[in-house]
Amino acid sequence: MGWQKKILRVNLTEGTCISEPLDMGWANEYLGQRGLATKYLVEEVDPKVDPLSPENKLIFATGPLTGTPASTGARYSVITKGALTGAIACSNSGGYFGAELKFAGWDMIIFEGCAEKPVYLYINDDQAELLPADDLWGKSVWETDEILHRVHQDPQLRISAIGRAGEKGVLYACIVNDLHRAAGRSGVGAVMGSKNLKAVAVRGTKGVRVADPERFLKVVAEKKQVLAENAVTGQGLPAYGTQVLMNVINELGALPTRNARDVQFEGASRISGEAMHEPRGSEQKPNLVTNQACFGCTIACGRISRIDKGHYTVVNRPEYWGASGGLEYENAWSLGADCGVEDLDALTWANFVCNEQGLDPISFGATLAAAMELYETGVITDEDTGGIALKFGSAEALTSMVQQVANGEGFGRELALGSRRLCEKYGHPELSMTVKGQEFPAYDPRGIQGMGLTYATSNRGACHLRSYTVSSEVLGIPEKTDPLVTDGKPALVKAFQDVTATVDASGLCLFSTFAWSLEDIQPQIDAACEGDWSLDRLLEMGERIWNLERQFNIAAGFTGKDDRLPKRLVSEPVKSGPAKGLVNQLDKMLPEYYQLRGWDEGGVPREETLERLGL
Amino acid sequence: MYRSLSIDPDKCTGCLQCEMACSYEYEGVFNPAHSRIKVFTFHQEGRFVPYTCTQCADAWCQHACPVDAIRVDAETGAKEIKENLCVGCKVCTIACPFGTVNYNHDRGKVLKCDLCGGDPACARACPTQAITYVDGDWAGYEKMRAWAARTDNATHA
Amino acid sequence: MRHVIVGRGPAGVVAAETLRAHDRASEVLLIGDEPGPAYSRMAIPYLLARQIREEGTWLRHDTTHFERQRVGQLETRVEALNAESKTLALANGTTLDYDRLLLATGSSPVDPPIEGVDLPRVHHCWTLEDAHHIMESAEAGSRVVLMGAGFIGCIIMEALKLRGVRLTVVEAGDRMVPRMMDQVAGNLIKQWCIDQGIEVCTSTRITRIEPGDEGLWLHCEPGEPMQADLVVVATGVRPNVGFLQESGVEIGNGIRVDAHQRSSVDDVYAAGDVCEGASWQGGRGVHAIQPMAVETARVAALNMVGREATHVGSLDMNVLDTLGLISVSYGQWMGVEGGDSASLLDERSGRYVKLRFDGDHLIGGITLGITEHVGALRGLIQSRRHLGVWKKHLMENPTRFMEAWVSTVP
Repeated sequence: MGWQKKILRVNLTEGTCISEPLDMGWANEYLGQRGLATKYLVEEVDPKVDPLSPENKLIFATGPLTGTPASTGARYSVITKGALTGAIACSNSGGYFGAELKFAGWDMIIFEGCAEKPVYLYINDDQAELLPADDLWGKSVWETDEILHRVHQDPQLRISAIGRAGEKGVLYACIVNDLHRAAGRSGVGAVMGSKNLKAVAVRGTKGVRVADPERFLKVVAEKKQVLAENAVTGQGLPAYGTQVLMNVINELGALPTRNARDVQFEGASRISGEAMHEPRGSEQKPNLVTNQACFGCTIACGRISRIDKGHYTVVNRPEYWGASGGLEYENAWSLGADCGVEDLDALTWANFVCNEQGLDPISFGATLAAAMELYETGVITDEDTGGIALKFGSAEALTSMVQQVANGEGFGRELALGSRRLCEKYGHPELSMTVKGQEFPAYDPRGIQGMGLTYATSNRGACHLRSYTVSSEVLGIPEKTDPLVTDGKPALVKAFQDVTATVDASGLCLFSTFAWSLEDIQPQIDAACEGDWSLDRLLEMGERIWNLERQFNIAAGFTGKDDRLPKRLVSEPVKSGPAKGLVNQLDKMLPEYYQLRGWDEGGVPREETLERLGL
Repeated sequence: MYRSLSIDPDKCTGCLQCEMACSYEYEGVFNPAHSRIKVFTFHQEGRFVPYTCTQCADAWCQHACPVDAIRVDAETGAKEIKENLCVGCKVCTIACPFGTVNYNHDRGKVLKCDLCGGDPACARACPTQAITYVDGDWAGYEKMRAWAARTDNATHA
Repeated sequence: MRHVIVGRGPAGVVAAETLRAHDRASEVLLIGDEPGPAYSRMAIPYLLARQIREEGTWLRHDTTHFERQRVGQLETRVEALNAESKTLALANGTTLDYDRLLLATGSSPVDPPIEGVDLPRVHHCWTLEDAHHIMESAEAGSRVVLMGAGFIGCIIMEALKLRGVRLTVVEAGDRMVPRMMDQVAGNLIKQWCIDQGIEVCTSTRITRIEPGDEGLWLHCEPGEPMQADLVVVATGVRPNVGFLQESGVEIGNGIRVDAHQRSSVDDVYAAGDVCEGASWQGGRGVHAIQPMAVETARVAALNMVGREATHVGSLDMNVLDTLGLISVSYGQWMGVEGGDSASLLDERSGRYVKLRFDGDHLIGGITLGITEHVGALRGLIQSRRHLGVWKKHLMENPTRFMEAWVSTVP
């Protein structure tokens, strides 16, 4: 139990929806969600396929704790070969959709093939059917959500959809559920769009059972208390969300600014979590309306924000006057600091549009930042941009470009390629702040050394959510390490990567680990699932998942040469702050990391490693 | 004096722990669809409003029941569905003007809040004290009006 | 003081309990003309479907309930009321004095004016006795014709189907449940029944029933004659007021009452299906529905003990389960002139919702296949709530009525 033991296989080419038993042998090796869906993908998809071809598959997967009272048990992941990266993609989202899918009786949906015409999947418990989406095609995520609620006459329906960005093949299009929670990275929305799949709408009334309810509820209650009593999960995140970090990281000199030319942003305090609490603008009301929890989450870090009605982005546009998903730290950074923009309402609006049209704000902001640098160095001209001055600091450039990308218009079509392809096209690949084609997020590896190794080795391209060593290097969780040194970082990164893979396979949110160690999570999994889920088994499983992802990437054509950071990070010393004069010393960390992983010098898992992990 | 559920929407984050707790109490499964307390989301306002039966003193549902299947628990004052007597006619679901008595298709019976016999699972599960079980006669229409009034900005927006 | 209540249905029982709750001293006497404990006609379909036993239909399950409440019970029929002398003439030849009288005699099924309706194997489905007759005749495989696809007809359909009969429904109106459902919903219900293997003939009248060698022959207009082993007649009901003809009590479509449930005669009150009182939307009418029966009974009883209580007018409301397809209607679902209307239809899933407005008030509605929080429709209608921006939201998506309710409580 924990699992529903049932997966839904949807063949979009044939138009069929078939129920299959979950492979429990694999569930015992990979638990669920990220791990289990990766196993299915590896078994079923040739790693060399074009991500946007019908041969690629798209998997929506929950974990055994999704839809249970285990705090943060809201998560589902979308697993596919990423459109942006060509590497394995696994994008994780909260909200309510994942739990609803579980309540309908499904652990996972596997989409294969490609529909001839636009369709959406409607699931009402056991009943699953593909319905025509001609009327939805071209609509935003928000419009789609509204229409499907109306069409199915069910206020409780939970919807996950792509916006226009996914339809138009923006390579960093995401999949948005519950209006503003997103499976954000690696272009999973572009894959969905390539399959002519507009949305998944779910209603579930069957519920979720766990193996040992009494033990489960007892341990769940204890562990909720741990979250409540922890300073980060009990106070910082509810009050400021992830935006609690903006000022902290800026002071640390690790806030990539203006396409990472700088590491401190003079406007950071004006776009920070604290600023979101301050009355401002014509209404003199704060940007932040409230915090919101995902399903079952007792942290509630989500931001719900409103744009000032007097702000230029929303004048005479009442559709943007209501509250919606506000700025998280990564988005405030990418849309703000990285583009040099310090207009909080402009950032909030751009973020709304990303949710509305299904764009990954990290990749969008970082791609725009690269374009801004190309513009300022004269490589990109007004002729290219249609007369819009892509200057760092220009809120107008930000807000007009986010629309152009979403609508597939003008220079937006170039920005839709992502930073790597854009910079290559204009002859300056070195200005692309990417690893494996994916833009890195809001931590400069010159000021937080471990994050350099994190980005370089992340299986889905540069990412903070594969080993968030910021926890240790900045926040001191579980113990403080020096962010400016490389000693011990390979082991730290490996440990974080393995634990994270386990958490991502469970249905829980990674943010729980600000307060919970795997020792807190293990008894919750053990009580919910059949079998004996020991700590060692879970740790080994995390490592197994990591290596399985790596194998997929190697088979897809990636090598150790792709475990590289952008030149700027390893060659241009930081100009200010505590890390002044430093570059990231990836070369000092990578060989040791390979060794700790049991991989050869080229970054390929050794035979004995694979054997040990049962791969 | 009976104790009653007190609801403060300002404290609610929309986590739905209450719905899971309620449904588990009801049928031993985590299943918000069968929860007797529901959190309503007013997305545009950023508001989450838990809503359930207030055990009104003169209960419409109880009066409307044609087979005497809704009884008052002497200890808690809760109006409880006696499942062995309920025939599933659903008259109570249309009689209750608060919309808090619902029909459960799977069981062919109606369901409503019964205060869990005096230890409401929703209040226990709520991480923010948005739902508490308090002393005093909080139940009834006047009180319901008072707290529901806090959602009224929609009428002026 | 002696309170006498005529009629042992829900209205009579609730009135007796209310009288006792507010008046410890007076005598309360409940008269009914059917044998056995007071029961609920609403429960008969579930008895027919074998989901409950006869005890399951009882209005009160504690057999000592009325004794403990000190409510006297008399099993007899009232033949006449003499308001001058404040006496009732009973079927056993005696008379009974009262100080205050509540008439809660309910209603009875109407026989359609056709030949053969009195034949054996032609039954109403109204009393427990009727139910016993039907249970004896409706065996698996037998051919049953249901005359009338109104509320009662639909609600017993499932019971008949569960008994394994071959069922045909004949309805004179152009759709099913014409008095509580509009054309769209009535047709959806019809299609639903057809999909469940029931033959449905709307806009069809049975003109004559005659005995044949193998069962009954039913002549139809239009259509060919059909054979049946059992005919269940459910073509409507009318208030039981026959015994009041000489009483001076004013009768319209039922016993006419004021807002305090007082009849035209001093100390005589009426409640439930037998009375014609104020309608919620204005005007008057007979509202033969369970929730209004008990509400009018409570108002009557309170006034009988001298506590002023006012009935604000009966809001029509119905919930109907037709072979698992649940439909609900409230108030003025047919709408008013100049009022807005919002509806959504999903024929594929059999879902339908329609709301009717007068200005920014909700005045009625219909749902089909939607059961969650439907009571809130009553709340919105009966509180005469200004919907404000929720009018617009509901016009766009009428399924959001519960949100409108939660959000607009003043």
